[in-house]
Amino acid sequence: MSKTTFVVGIDGSDAGERAVAFAKARAKAVGDCAITLCYVIEWSPFSFQTPEENEQRHKRREEEISMAHSRVLDPAVTDAKKDGCEVSGIVRHGDAAEILDDLAKELDAAQIIVGRVGIRGLKERVFGGVTGRLVASASVPVTIIP
Amino acid sequence: MKKLFPAASLVTLAPVTAAAQEMSIDDRVNQVFASSTGWFVNLIFSPLPFQIAGSDFPWIVMWLVIGATVFTIYFGLIQLRAFGHAISLVKGDYSDPKDAGEVSHFQALTTALSGTVGLGNIAGVAVAVGIGGPGATFWMILAGLLGMASKFTECTLGVKYRNEYPDGTVSGGPMYYMVKGFKERNLPGGGILAIFFSIFCILGALGGGNMFQANQAHAQISGIVGDYPGWITGVIFAIVVFLVIVGGIKSIASVTEKVVPFMGIMYVGVALVILLVNYDKIGWAFGQIWAGAFTGLGVAGGFVGALIQGFKRAAFSNEAGVGSAAIAHSAVRTKEPVTEGVVSLLEPFIDTVVICTMTALVITISGVLVVDPDTGLFVLNEAGTAIQTVDGSSGVQLTSAAFATGFSWFPYVLAIAVVLFAFSTMISWSYYGLKAWTYLFGEGKTKELVFKLIFCVFIVIGAAAQLGAVIDFSDAMIFAMAVVNITALYFLMPVVKREMNSYFERLKTGEIVKHKH
Repeated sequence: MSKTTFVVGIDGSDAGERAVAFAKARAKAVGDCAITLCYVIEWSPFSFQTPEENEQRHKRREEEISMAHSRVLDPAVTDAKKDGCEVSGIVRHGDAAEILDDLAKELDAAQIIVGRVGIRGLKERVFGGVTGRLVASASVPVTIIP
Repeated sequence: MKKLFPAASLVTLAPVTAAAQEMSIDDRVNQVFASSTGWFVNLIFSPLPFQIAGSDFPWIVMWLVIGATVFTIYFGLIQLRAFGHAISLVKGDYSDPKDAGEVSHFQALTTALSGTVGLGNIAGVAVAVGIGGPGATFWMILAGLLGMASKFTECTLGVKYRNEYPDGTVSGGPMYYMVKGFKERNLPGGGILAIFFSIFCILGALGGGNMFQANQAHAQISGIVGDYPGWITGVIFAIVVFLVIVGGIKSIASVTEKVVPFMGIMYVGVALVILLVNYDKIGWAFGQIWAGAFTGLGVAGGFVGALIQGFKRAAFSNEAGVGSAAIAHSAVRTKEPVTEGVVSLLEPFIDTVVICTMTALVITISGVLVVDPDTGLFVLNEAGTAIQTVDGSSGVQLTSAAFATGFSWFPYVLAIAVVLFAFSTMISWSYYGLKAWTYLFGEGKTKELVFKLIFCVFIVIGAAAQLGAVIDFSDAMIFAMAVVNITALYFLMPVVKREMNSYFERLKTGEIVKHKH
């Protein structure tokens, strides 16, 4: 019997913390669980950039990844470990809804857990927020923490 | 490239309000500059020693077209064979998800495109069709298709021989493949070529990529709001460019980078709507293009006149063989340099075959060119040098008039587009110039700042002064880049062929696979 895996989306917000707390509680209840915390840096291969931005892109990418680790992901992983959970952290670039679902597929996860941030701004009203799109396209059950 | 009008018309476009004393300073600068650099300008733009069907043929146009033809044959029509693959690459079908967050093929392509799409597509085409008739379009498309092979060659080399620094940044371009590529093949002279290329590139960036743009942008703005001193436009442009390239204000750059593609798409969209409304004339227009390509339909210089105009404007517009695109494309982090070459061959296609052709079709269909109803031939103007137009306009005004037959408000949008295109071209060329500068003088914050400040000062000079000779000189510099660059490409093309064969072999055997399904 393989471990039950939860993929948790975090972004340094309270909503993300609530999602992690829920995942930890579920993991204890189910037992023999692995939690993967994922921080997604919003990025699109179809944006427009200046030549100078292109030149520095690789450097910036490394900086973004290390900052995501040091500011958000690593503290969250350390905290969760203190609570006795088996937990790992991962940083990826892309669209949050797509990345979380891809990761869930990759890890054969039982479910995806995300916090609800609410609808902000016109763009999200028209196209839906990350959570909305995740629910619409996910291939595993999604739990949304209010 | 955005060379549109000969220097003479720039003089008339420059502000007429300049004080008499300033005029004399301008004149003096002009004179000194012309007498010391005129020989170089004449050398670059001089015609071949013989006339073709009674017309002068500038050797530099021949140089670019022969280069493009050689690469087309040498790489076995790569522009046709790899076209579908180029689109797959841009869509990201072959991008490794692990590389997400790096510069994508799409981003490299659009960055390079924003440096080339601009005034050349709008006004340059009008000049070509105005002088050479619709038949010029045929030769323009042909030159665009051939130019795809030149871009493929230079961009593949640009990525293969770029420098990668420990901090993760990259520098690439013709000067790097000249030095490293020649060394690898045990050929002498790479270093000298690189120095010549860098000098031409710096001067070209300050001229064609800067002063000329500022001058044309000012002409457009003052055409709408009325005449005012050019230095005002120059200072505003210089401040905005300063904020972007020195201040690192990304938001301004990213706004332009987003608006410019939108402007380009809108331009093509409006052209398509005009063509759809006149769908019954499209067949006739292509008939005119075809017939004009081989008979001239009465234009000055006959079909050779049409051919020269078409070739010249295509070369001026898409920069194939100049080497600038090789600098822009080298930032992509790919294991396969060939993929970047393949992606770059879309540039002349989009720039010349699509956008320039749209302009030419709209001008042809709109009926702004006067045709003799009895003979079906074009009526020439009094001087006999160009086709007579309905309102006597030429260049960007002709394009504007042709589009206005479909949408009366279009000239205003066009003016905004010209200003934005000029700005994005300046940003792109400030980078190309900087790369050549750091190649010559070394990398370093102070050295880079010196170039950026010089660049900003030249914006004000370009917008304010009537420096026709300076602008002619800097245009000549951009073509001088092509002389050095294509020479290097001839020596290095076996390297590209090896890379190309190996890549397509692995693609065929399935060693290189799509990541997306």
